[in-house]
Amino acid sequence: MKRKVVSAVIVVVCFLLQCTLFNTLALGSVKPNLLIILTSAFGFTRGHKDGMVIGFFSGLFIDIQFGELLGSYALIYTVIGFINGFFKQIYYDDDVKLPLFLIAGSELVYGIIIYIFLFMLRGNFQFIHYLGQIIIPELLYTLIVSLGLYPFLLFVNHKFEAKEKRSASKFV
Amino acid sequence: MRKKNQSSLTNKYWLLAISGICIILMVLSLISNSASAPFRGIANITVIPMQKGINQVGMWLSDFSSNFETLQSIKKENKALQEKVDTLTIENNNLQQEKYELERLQELYKLDQNYADYEKIGAHVIAKDSGNWFSTFTIDKGSADGIKVDQNVMAGSGLVGIITETSTHWATVRSIIDDSSNVSAMVLSTSDRCMVRGDLSLMPDGKIKFEQLENNDNEVPVGEQIVTSYISEKYLQGILIGYVNEINVDSSNLTRSGYITPAVDFRNLQEVLIITTTKADLKEAESTDSTQE
Repeated sequence: MKRKVVSAVIVVVCFLLQCTLFNTLALGSVKPNLLIILTSAFGFTRGHKDGMVIGFFSGLFIDIQFGELLGSYALIYTVIGFINGFFKQIYYDDDVKLPLFLIAGSELVYGIIIYIFLFMLRGNFQFIHYLGQIIIPELLYTLIVSLGLYPFLLFVNHKFEAKEKRSASKFV
Repeated sequence: MRKKNQSSLTNKYWLLAISGICIILMVLSLISNSASAPFRGIANITVIPMQKGINQVGMWLSDFSSNFETLQSIKKENKALQEKVDTLTIENNNLQQEKYELERLQELYKLDQNYADYEKIGAHVIAKDSGNWFSTFTIDKGSADGIKVDQNVMAGSGLVGIITETSTHWATVRSIIDDSSNVSAMVLSTSDRCMVRGDLSLMPDGKIKFEQLENNDNEVPVGEQIVTSYISEKYLQGILIGYVNEINVDSSNLTRSGYITPAVDFRNLQEVLIITTTKADLKEAESTDSTQE
């Protein structure tokens, strides 16, 4: 229960930071995507279900406030959370390379999906241009931010895991 | 082994269920606009107040830091501004004379619509789009304050965008630099029409594109003002969009296109003005007038 509340607070805070504070931190009109970091990190540390739920609510927030089609961003983030869940089996805590790789991959996939559905279908075919101007800079900036955010998420996760283990061993 | 299979099965059901919810939401919001109303209501009492709070703290901080500007630079600025005031006063006098003349002529022509006198509401920008692909933002006034969809949004003297969604205490604005924005515009001096389109690839340069300007004998110099046109469906006539930055004849030789520097600084947008009259209201008023006559 406590874990759910804390997760919800993390999602809301990240969404708020994303739309307010990070506008002033934008470099070359590009800002990092905190919600992708969250969705991806919850996916590969906690598994399919948590990844999907976190992704769904992150996307839903964007849909409500900025989206044109309710549910579209929610679906994209849900699927990203689900796919990240597959990597729970080969993930372990001390590894930094895999998480960063997964976050970068998620960010790249997200950028390409947005390009295809919202730009290519309207007749903008200069993919290389968008890749260089938005997708790659956003990816790099997101990676830099995830170096700070990901250890924090890991720390929170460890705390809860230790607590859950303790309360589980009480019954044994 | 069986346990593992079971859990992966339930995960698939979860994926199917959540995707199903998403698709149902999409279909609902395609069918009717009111589908997202309950969600917006939830945002109204949760996220929006927090964004307003963060925004207030940010404004207080920026005010605080700007107070530290040295007195000297302000004095220098004051001197320059005083000179500007003098020249503007002279200019204003001339314009005033012309205005009286215009009023007289307008009376003769019975053109009594004055576009400068629209009623406006001020609002703060509290949040911007979470991604980098579009330029929409949220303001802290909503339908409870008289904001409606399709109302035009200005900042200073220039056009910012249009209201696309409203809730009771917040509304979403799509700016004219957004990639999906199209505004019907005209050159102020010649009234030649063109289309102003937002373009993501021009956003870092702070410019927007204009297209389909007829390639006639009217010369359009760099620095010419581009305003919203009289045939626009949603934008009121004569709001300044920006100044021509570059103009080229298209390869077809029939049209001209180029770039505009917007009159509004979109990077540091904090307060906006919303014109409460929409073009649809004006049209309605006009049609009832003509039927009465």
